[in-house]
Amino acid sequence: MVENRPWLSFLTHLVLIVGVVVVVFPVYLAFIASTHGSGDFMRGLVPLLPGPHMLENYGRMLTQGISTAGAPPVSIMLMNSTIIAIVIAVGKIAISLLSAYAIVFFKFPFRLLAFWIIFITLMLPVEVRIIPTFAVVANLGLLNSYVGLTLPLIASATATFLFRQFFLTVPDELMEAARVDGAGPMKFFRDILLPLSRTNIAALFVILFIYGWVQYLWPLLVTTDSRYYTVVMGIKRLAATADSEPLWNLVMASVILAMLPPVLVVIFMQRLFVKGLVDTEK
Amino acid sequence: MQTKRTIFPNKLLPYALLAPQLAVTLIFFIWPAAQAVKSSFEREDPFGFRTTFIWFENYTRLFSEPGYLNSLTKTAIFAVSVTLLSMSLALLLAVAVNRVLKSNRTYTTLLVWPYAVAPVVVGILWWFMFNPTIGIAPYMLRGLGIDWNHRVDGNQAMILVVIAASWKQISYNFLFFVAGLQSVPQSLNEAAAIDGAGPFKRFWTIVFPLLSPTTFFLLIVNINYAMFDTFGLIDATTNGGPNQATNILVYKVYADGFLGLNIGSSAAQSVVLMLIVIALTAIQFRYIERRVQY
Repeated sequence: MVENRPWLSFLTHLVLIVGVVVVVFPVYLAFIASTHGSGDFMRGLVPLLPGPHMLENYGRMLTQGISTAGAPPVSIMLMNSTIIAIVIAVGKIAISLLSAYAIVFFKFPFRLLAFWIIFITLMLPVEVRIIPTFAVVANLGLLNSYVGLTLPLIASATATFLFRQFFLTVPDELMEAARVDGAGPMKFFRDILLPLSRTNIAALFVILFIYGWVQYLWPLLVTTDSRYYTVVMGIKRLAATADSEPLWNLVMASVILAMLPPVLVVIFMQRLFVKGLVDTEK
Repeated sequence: MQTKRTIFPNKLLPYALLAPQLAVTLIFFIWPAAQAVKSSFEREDPFGFRTTFIWFENYTRLFSEPGYLNSLTKTAIFAVSVTLLSMSLALLLAVAVNRVLKSNRTYTTLLVWPYAVAPVVVGILWWFMFNPTIGIAPYMLRGLGIDWNHRVDGNQAMILVVIAASWKQISYNFLFFVAGLQSVPQSLNEAAAIDGAGPFKRFWTIVFPLLSPTTFFLLIVNINYAMFDTFGLIDATTNGGPNQATNILVYKVYADGFLGLNIGSSAAQSVVLMLIVIALTAIQFRYIERRVQY
């Protein structure tokens, strides 16, 4: 702070508090709605203070779901989302570590071509090639399976670049020393490079876990069997029916459950999250 | 391209290391993209027996279709509004947090978590708030004499999706602006203060120009976000309606291709979208090259 201006400090805090209120309010409203009975939504305005039905609503969604809306219990969908998010994050990190290692520590024909092929994935988000990608997955018989839900999303140019950037900063002497001591390439990778990359891997994991969790279009395309629904897409189905049959309390209970895991990850691993976010954009 | 000074001599190992990534990329990215390009030049007869090569007919038809031109306009309005709204709010909050000494970590935590909320869920949250029958926002707007019903009024539907999409993106922009602000040298600010410049003048003449690399980077990222990552949000709030008012390009390509089964047109739309992403990525990488010298 350069100079002391009380009115400006007041204004600063006012801006921040208003900002926080705006950011938190929609979720507050959803939480409040999830604690009421369904009859409370008939009266024309949503309630603004908590009601007594919280445990009942959450319990019902976790264990039963709403069968009329074709939505399985949220606990199953939460488990699917967790599995998918973890597989995507781990898969992306694993194959990117390997390809970055190949690109930085070896010289071989078509190295540049391989780099460009990986680079191109940045320019081909699923949204721009929906039908042909769906056709490929359908032809491989991967619809309604965990493999179909995760494998097509596992290529990652960003993660590869991040590890490439990091590997280039690893001193050459480390590798020379390892070779003098008789370590082969895989031993060097496992015993020296991996431990050095620990923080980068952790930061990237946080970002990629969130990426996997919030996927919507892809699960929507490749799953028709409710056993494979992820929570994010399951909610959409719930909400679509909620309009005709007001089950706002139950819909909002599942909304809160669907948000909670990734939001907690951001809050409790904020340092890694920020590092991951800033690094992946470089 | 850069490698290490010393490298491992293995001949086959690097290919084995690259194989998983390249396999996934070729099967699920490059091949489908090539298919999209191919079918954008073809017409399939109604029974799928034969396809004919028709050059650019799918494209010329696409660009003479009023629905597509409308979608282009709506996308532009949507992307520009989301970018401006979320970036300006984020900058305001970032500048404020940067002035606070004690409680800035608390404020940051409270502001960044929407990054982790899925776009569909964001859509549902705001849809609930603006629900014409029970939502709190229409209730308050009625008090001001505004009759809110985004199911009927296209402009209101657009306002709703813009607000919802910006709400989610504030957290991202905020983090990058805070990082940018922290790299502005404090000495410049102090020197200007000694010369008698007030806080607002200092912000506009020193801090804001020095932030321009961050601002430019975020501009591209936000346009990208608004164009491609908001599919779920649109799907959860308006379904592209009412009367195509929020039918942005990514939603239209899905609706035409997957629900409407118009393969040729959808493929041509996919190719147009690819060209847009390629252009945005190229701009982004060119800029990053330059940022080094800043």
